[in-house]
Amino acid sequence: MSTVRTTFSLPARALHWTMAALILAMLFIGAGMVATVSEKHQWLLAIHKPLGLAILLLAIVRLMIRLRNPPPPLLADLPALQKLAAHLSHWLLYALMIAMPLIGWAMLSAGGYPVMLTSSLRLPAILPENALVFAWLRTAHGMLAYLLFLTFLAHMGAALYHGLIRRDGVLRSMVRGNSSSTPSMAPDEDRVAGDTMPD
Amino acid sequence: MHDSRPPARPTGNGVRWALIAAPVAAAGLAFAYVGGWLTPHRLTAGRLVDELQRNGGGVHPGYRRNHAKGVCVAGYFEGNGNASAYSTALVFAAGRTPVVGRFAIPGGNPYAPDGSVPIRSMALRFNLPNGQKWRTGMNSMPVFPVATPQAFYAQQVASRKDPSTGKPDPAKLAAFFAAHPETAAFRAWAKTAKPSASFVTDSYYGLDAFYFVDAQGERHAVRWRMAPEATDTNPAPAGDHNYLVSDLKQRLATGPQRWHLLVTLAAPGDPTDDATKVWPADRTTIDAGTLVLTGEQAQDSGPCRDINYDPTVLPAGIAISDDPLLPARSAAYADSYLRRTREQAHIPGTAAPTHAQSEAAR
Repeated sequence: MSTVRTTFSLPARALHWTMAALILAMLFIGAGMVATVSEKHQWLLAIHKPLGLAILLLAIVRLMIRLRNPPPPLLADLPALQKLAAHLSHWLLYALMIAMPLIGWAMLSAGGYPVMLTSSLRLPAILPENALVFAWLRTAHGMLAYLLFLTFLAHMGAALYHGLIRRDGVLRSMVRGNSSSTPSMAPDEDRVAGDTMPD
Repeated sequence: MHDSRPPARPTGNGVRWALIAAPVAAAGLAFAYVGGWLTPHRLTAGRLVDELQRNGGGVHPGYRRNHAKGVCVAGYFEGNGNASAYSTALVFAAGRTPVVGRFAIPGGNPYAPDGSVPIRSMALRFNLPNGQKWRTGMNSMPVFPVATPQAFYAQQVASRKDPSTGKPDPAKLAAFFAAHPETAAFRAWAKTAKPSASFVTDSYYGLDAFYFVDAQGERHAVRWRMAPEATDTNPAPAGDHNYLVSDLKQRLATGPQRWHLLVTLAAPGDPTDDATKVWPADRTTIDAGTLVLTGEQAQDSGPCRDINYDPTVLPAGIAISDDPLLPARSAAYADSYLRRTREQAHIPGTAAPTHAQSEAAR
């Protein structure tokens, strides 16, 4: 048993919480900037693009860390449906955090917009200009943003459920380091798992 | 998801469930608030475009929600270097920058008679050699009627057509103008303005202020306009509702049509946040180069169709000012662009014509 990780590695935890803040900020920035007609529209838009690129790069690093360092296994006593939900929601989160920036970048390219990260730094277009492709990608970007937000809500709810109701150490595995600091846990609770956390 | 399942420990978990539900609900509500769904009276880009759409006579699939009737033009801008001391934008250096533009008349109805409004517009997209773009949308009046998006929205609401007469209610319009004295300069202009017979003989004003940024990083508040070389203004032909495009074709058949880009530098204290106020006539004005238009194409199939002439798409060397109309234009144009490209793409839930007219966008 001592060879099985009971918590996430430090890089995994650091990336998780950093990206949680960035992605949540990104979702609110996106929802706000398409609605508002105030000066916020311009500065939210100015943050959205470089932040999206940062999230894409971090997500790629995170995926590599995840593939090299398997997360703690799921709890054995978790109902099958919850296990399935855990696996699906985590891979959905990974897919979305990589797909959303790419779709955003592709959609601006197809829409003929210069992809300006700053007032002078421009990313190259990754698709030729095509209004129909723009329309589909822009629609997907919006719909998937809602899906990402709902998945985030479910993820946060599930994490709190593990922490407050099941009290099974799953939440702690992403909050704290090595579980040797929690020797008082019951044996089955020590077999900490990663069903709510995508790392 | 998980939190709807029965708890593993069945007793005394009410408070804990509340601690789970509260942050989830709070996050959901905050998101809905930011998206404008909880505040139906707050002006959003979507609500602004809805109003333009209504005044344009409903949805005309594939068309812009404002300045719906127009024509594509193409040519180039010949910079002369005069503005390079004030802006590092490559477009101002001596040399040619390709341009795809669009002439239009305001309003959301793509079938409106050319003589129905005295305003014409010119939109331009400059493709700079470094891949950056400059987009600008200009109008043929020297001042904008209102200074803020809220006032613009109120103007649209006051201009709603009365279903019984098919025209705006004069009392509502009068009430709007009385409540908005900043419209005085525009109204004074509109009183004498006649619908021109040609796109080519009009001046087009950028209206909003911008900043030019020079090589030292210094900002210079500016406004620009396109001044035509052609001045042979004739009365508009009677009985023809689409004379502007035929005139443009005729003139382009005889040769390229030219405008001079005149850039006015603000003096300290000139307002940059109020498009209803002209700057004094004695301000320094630079002739920054010549716009040369060489060809036109129908907007249904021309290269301007798929361009969003968002005036905040700017190259390095030009920046937006604090004019509150600029972010509103950017947000509303993006919404209009999304609506019409979705209709072109036949994305489910769109492209439902409200008219018998079968003319689609393409």
